[in-house]
Amino acid sequence: MDTFLQQFINGLSLGAIYALIALGYTMVYGVLRLINFAHGDVYMLGAFAGFYLANAFDMDANPSVLGTVGVTIGSMAICAIIGILIERLAYRPVRHHSRLTSLITAIGVSLLLEYGGQVVFGATPRFFPQMIRSQTYSVGNVQITNQSLMIIVVAVILMFGLEFIVHRTKIGKAMRAVSFNLPVARLMGINTDFVIAFTFALGSALAAVGGVLVALSIPRIDPLMGLMTGLKAFVAAVLGGIGNIPGAMLGGMLIGLMETWISATSYSTFRDAVAFSVLILILLFRPAGLLGTSVTEKV
Amino acid sequence: MARKLLLITATVAALAALNYIFEYGLGDFQINPYYARIINLIGINITLAVSLNLINGLAGQFSIGHAGFMAVGGYTAAYLTVNAGSSIAAAFGASVTDPIGASIVMVPSLLAGAAAAALAGLVVGIPSLRLKGDYLAIVTLGFSEIIRVIILNIPAVGGATGYTDAIPITNFFWIFSMAVLTIVITRNIAVSTFGRALFAIRSDEIAAEAMGINTTHNKVMAFVISAGLAGVAGGLSGQLFANPLSPQNLNFVRSIEVIVMIVLGGIGSITGAVLGATTLTILPEALRTFDQQFPGLRMVIYALLLILLMIFRPQGLLGRREFTWAWLRPIRKRPVLE
Repeated sequence: MDTFLQQFINGLSLGAIYALIALGYTMVYGVLRLINFAHGDVYMLGAFAGFYLANAFDMDANPSVLGTVGVTIGSMAICAIIGILIERLAYRPVRHHSRLTSLITAIGVSLLLEYGGQVVFGATPRFFPQMIRSQTYSVGNVQITNQSLMIIVVAVILMFGLEFIVHRTKIGKAMRAVSFNLPVARLMGINTDFVIAFTFALGSALAAVGGVLVALSIPRIDPLMGLMTGLKAFVAAVLGGIGNIPGAMLGGMLIGLMETWISATSYSTFRDAVAFSVLILILLFRPAGLLGTSVTEKV
Repeated sequence: MARKLLLITATVAALAALNYIFEYGLGDFQINPYYARIINLIGINITLAVSLNLINGLAGQFSIGHAGFMAVGGYTAAYLTVNAGSSIAAAFGASVTDPIGASIVMVPSLLAGAAAAALAGLVVGIPSLRLKGDYLAIVTLGFSEIIRVIILNIPAVGGATGYTDAIPITNFFWIFSMAVLTIVITRNIAVSTFGRALFAIRSDEIAAEAMGINTTHNKVMAFVISAGLAGVAGGLSGQLFANPLSPQNLNFVRSIEVIVMIVLGGIGSITGAVLGATTLTILPEALRTFDQQFPGLRMVIYALLLILLMIFRPQGLLGRREFTWAWLRPIRKRPVLE
């Protein structure tokens, strides 16, 4: 029972990260019907932005919670700008071409960020400054570090924040309208270009938080860290039902739990295959995802 | 028929003669091993790009898991050579290490690689080809990652360190015979009933189905053939030099390299795929000194090329057209087509 609970907590904290990244995939897919392959790399850039900000303020020597919040917000702002730039420079010019063109462009942007990151940051892993000293709490026999607790809490707060933005604000209403039908939303006077840019900014900021949170608990960051995590987060989005925000959270948590459980068994080397097997199964048996509704194609 | 036979004999003879020059040189002339290596890589990449073009270009089904089939073919072919190669060669009175014996062993080795990869293609294709567009892309990527993880966990073929036992037996003759064979197969498919069905599916799947085309059957067939040819390319590249087979070399990035080749040449054009494969094998070599100074710059250039192509010329250099000799004539003298 204790090991089960321990794995459950570990899985939730991993899943919360997948969920934060999956939200960005699902929102962009919702408005543009585009798999933004580069999203996992925005998460990587979030970690690196946090790395440079933290070092600029010498956070390793004087750790503080307030400083960490500041670094995270700074990283969110940087990634939001990067997200807007990616959309403006790469995706907007191909928006009116076929979806395949957009997909190839997205793969290109992803490669550009990964290997551009290698050129700029260097390929060797960096050690993320310890902005918050690690502490371990024990509840019975279950160990929980303050970092994984923080990941879960911050992720839950951000998800509620996102729910608020999407369902209670004017821009959220506009996002839902664009997601429902882009041309009609434009006819109704919604500035669709602005809404799309805002969606990218929001998703990228969430990915940045994910990047900083992961770097705090696993302090090795490298330019290719976003590749696998990004793909798995995408799987999480599909599992929950792509375009569906609560679905992305659920999918992320499920993928995180499954991976943690597999890692604890003797099949731990198959860990990376889990997410993809889940993806294949879900697409075969319930392509709309767990919480999605299937749409029949009209001719 | 006689003309075809003559053409085949001439091609084989020309390739065999070139292979002789590659191995032994001609008089005082010895080919620079570095150039020989690049030429061989061009041949393998042509096979890969043209075979991927069959499913991505002709059938319009966007697969991004080509490296997975290449891995299956490569590992199977190399495994056969390692375990049965010497006895097969001995049956013909040769040894795996001499050129004749290597060429003999290449036949069953490549056939096994192709068969294994085609089988993998069938297993992957039947469920995933029910999906379309970006979903299909991501599922093929998922399958190739699963294949990679499985290989990582097979100690008999070296696991994560790569297949260090693999014997380098690939030669120029087999590389280019297979490249030519792949081009011929793809071209013949393109002009056959099967090819027309694939074009119809590419244009509009629902309309194709309404016209009585069994879309699933045709798509799976194209996928299996494409995977089998990728397996051949895997078998060739997996036995080209010492230890080229490792799960790290056959990941997502390898699949993307092949995608960039066909996208550059023009998705749906066979000559375009050849052009793309040739260009993108030579280009990184030309940039090699650059890449040593800034590791990763080669891939940055790939990525920028991909994005800029999509923005300014999404149909690639040739689009869906094929290069013909008529292009070399002055415009006024060209035969009127269509």
